[in-house]
Amino acid sequence: MNLQRRRKWTQFLGLLCIRLSVTVIAAAMIFMVIFLFINGIGVISWDFLTQQPTDAMTRGGIYPAIIGTLYLTLGSIIVSFPLGVASAIYLNEYARNGRMIRVIRFGINSLAGVPSVVFGLFGLAVFVVYLGFGSSILSGSLTLGLLILPVVIGASEEALKSVPMAYREASLALGATKWQTIRKVVLPAALPGILTGSILGVGRAAGETAPIMFTAAAFYTKVIPDSLLDECMALPYHIYVLATAGTHINETRPIQYGTALVLIGLVLGINLIAIVLRARIRRRQG
Amino acid sequence: MDQSLRNKNRISRRLREKIIQSIFFTLSLVSILIVGLIFFFLFNEGVPIFQHISIRDFLFGTLWYPTADPPDFGIWPMIIGSIFVTSLASFIAIPLGVFSAVYVSEIAGHRAKEIIKPVIELLASIPSVVIGFFGMVVVSPFLQKTFDLPLGLNVLNASMMLALMAVPTISSISEDALNAVPRSLREASYALGANRWETITRVVLPAGLSGISTAIILGMARAMGETMVVLMVAGGAAAIPGSIFESCRPLPASIAAEMAEAPYRGEHYHALFATGIVLLILTFMFNAIADHLSHKYRMTESG
Amino acid sequence: MMHNRKTAISAKNLNFFYGKSQALFDVTMDFAAHEVTALIGPSGCGKSTFLRTINRMNDIIPGTRVEGEILFDNQNIYDPGIDVVQVRRRIGMVFQRPNPFPKSIFNDVAYGLRINGITNRVELRDRVEKSLKAAAIWSEVKDRLNESALSLSGGQQQRLCIARALAIEPEVILMDEPASALDPIATQKIEELIVELKADYTIIIVTHNMQQAARVSDVTAFFYLGKLIELGQTDALFTRPRLKQTEDYITGRFG
Repeated sequence: MNLQRRRKWTQFLGLLCIRLSVTVIAAAMIFMVIFLFINGIGVISWDFLTQQPTDAMTRGGIYPAIIGTLYLTLGSIIVSFPLGVASAIYLNEYARNGRMIRVIRFGINSLAGVPSVVFGLFGLAVFVVYLGFGSSILSGSLTLGLLILPVVIGASEEALKSVPMAYREASLALGATKWQTIRKVVLPAALPGILTGSILGVGRAAGETAPIMFTAAAFYTKVIPDSLLDECMALPYHIYVLATAGTHINETRPIQYGTALVLIGLVLGINLIAIVLRARIRRRQG
Repeated sequence: MDQSLRNKNRISRRLREKIIQSIFFTLSLVSILIVGLIFFFLFNEGVPIFQHISIRDFLFGTLWYPTADPPDFGIWPMIIGSIFVTSLASFIAIPLGVFSAVYVSEIAGHRAKEIIKPVIELLASIPSVVIGFFGMVVVSPFLQKTFDLPLGLNVLNASMMLALMAVPTISSISEDALNAVPRSLREASYALGANRWETITRVVLPAGLSGISTAIILGMARAMGETMVVLMVAGGAAAIPGSIFESCRPLPASIAAEMAEAPYRGEHYHALFATGIVLLILTFMFNAIADHLSHKYRMTESG
Repeated sequence: MMHNRKTAISAKNLNFFYGKSQALFDVTMDFAAHEVTALIGPSGCGKSTFLRTINRMNDIIPGTRVEGEILFDNQNIYDPGIDVVQVRRRIGMVFQRPNPFPKSIFNDVAYGLRINGITNRVELRDRVEKSLKAAAIWSEVKDRLNESALSLSGGQQQRLCIARALAIEPEVILMDEPASALDPIATQKIEELIVELKADYTIIIVTHNMQQAARVSDVTAFFYLGKLIELGQTDALFTRPRLKQTEDYITGRFG
């Protein structure tokens, strides 16, 4: 085989490998979603979404788990949003000292790298036991909030960076103080981006299991929680429990599929919204 | 409006600005503070186990019978389990992740890119419990049938599912690295008569290498710290696996499976927190390497 | 021309550094009140840097350093006791590219008033209108004050930015190549405006366009490589430059 033919063949095979890899990933993703959809859609009904589980969880709905996940998600964003935006404001608007920035960034990167089960341990030791919140929505929200903090910081920083320097200069040149400039010019311009990016954090919080296993989630609660100090059910934990620890693993399979479909629908829906909004904001900012 | 350059309110206004800045500074320290607290509380709850067992026996002991009398607290099987599934998952995820990054950054047309990128992003967003569930109900029976195994929950299954979780991390960070490679390098290569594959393998990939290394390390850290997947599909046997078809119990699975039953501040409880310390230190090492690599990368990038 | 000239601002032995590299060398000059002073010179000569030292806009660029003095109202604005916010309220600035905020036309102009504590609606309306009139854009925007400032053309945006600067009644207005991003007709409007504003304000304008300097300014300063090379009455400087370097530049032999 001459050199030119060999080069051509190498290129052909190499590009084939690349295309194959992408196909494998896309196929796995699409297969997973379609598989869950086909197996789960039959289970989903109005009653499934709005009723309590019955008959030792083998029948009935997943209403308490949906409500629990909503509470935990909302709680986690209340914890992480102010902290995340404030951190991003400091890093992007105030910080000048390179060493200080490095220390803070190191902290954020480290936090992002902490395994989710370790967050669970931390939440157990600090919120559940040390602060005495018990296994509760409060403990779970605080734990999840810290887990998604790096996501919110990243999103807020990206949004603040995209605010043109000219806005800040114009405001400062008019005799505005730095804080006035941030509050009245920079933040309003960055807000859509901050919100969109933070939605990604919401999606992450909704799907996490390990951090809430020891801090908030209950196998079964008879009533909808009415206090921050109540335990709650949660969609991801519900799937895990039914699929592994229940005594009727096979009988509850349809409910497992249905719950997985609801969770994946929720999370993918949230993320899809964020991705579309983000693309639109980026396009608008050119 | 006050016209003096030495504003009478200047002190108070400057003080106010200073106070506001300090508030933001303090809030931005929360992340590092939490990391510190995580270490503190894990050590606080985990270290007491070493009154009962030496660090050496804890790390390298091969028996884990936390509720026996007397109990055994050797986590070596879990460490090996973690290393085993992480390595195999990386073996699968690295080519998939890097190649898909190459596809998005070098090959895909505009439209293909607009489809593939969100697909990878959405893959990243699928909750781990759902991927674990998928491993249980689809991959496990498939492996059982294909390889004629008694059980489909094993190292291979866990590694494949972990790879699915690591691919988006590797892919998106590698893609950033490839995008940072200047266009002029590619043009120079094409101008010398190189074809696309030669340009990718000999110019673009080497130029993005440190960024890609960062991506790979972060992907591995993700696989190592991932809990639900290994809890649900690795099989859970606290023994050193002999092959990829045997069951194992990586570190996170051990913690998640047993924490609920461990009596508060009993030996078992402390041993699980100590397991958490080992896991935290392992992932921390990965992240420190990634941080170092990405910093070096940025330095060379800016000249 | 030289009668009754009152100095509004003076620079004394001003040096400026970006990190280790020096951008301005020992600049000393006076700016007369109610005159237009043009700063000219080739790109990178330090004219914009110099302009931005006069209201301390360079403070926001990390790693910069100033030596020497800018005297305004008998005080050095770089004195430790000086409030930089107060300096910028009295020395306004118009930038090279129009930079309206993404707010309504009205709120854009009212921004500076509001941060200075003016909240009375009637007063706000009056002063916004007055500024828009002074910037010769009132007739074009009076029926669309609630529309986004970004919906205006480039030339209108720039006059809006001038109105915004005028609204807080500064004594000095710094203009950093205010017409460089505009078409000839919009440029002409800005130039006419500058000449009108001279009656009430001291104006310092950076321009790379020598015809513009000749048309609008009373005094011209030529900068080269961070140094003030020649300073004189505009007519004199353009017709009888004293130095060879100045002559080479204004006759287009370099730059």
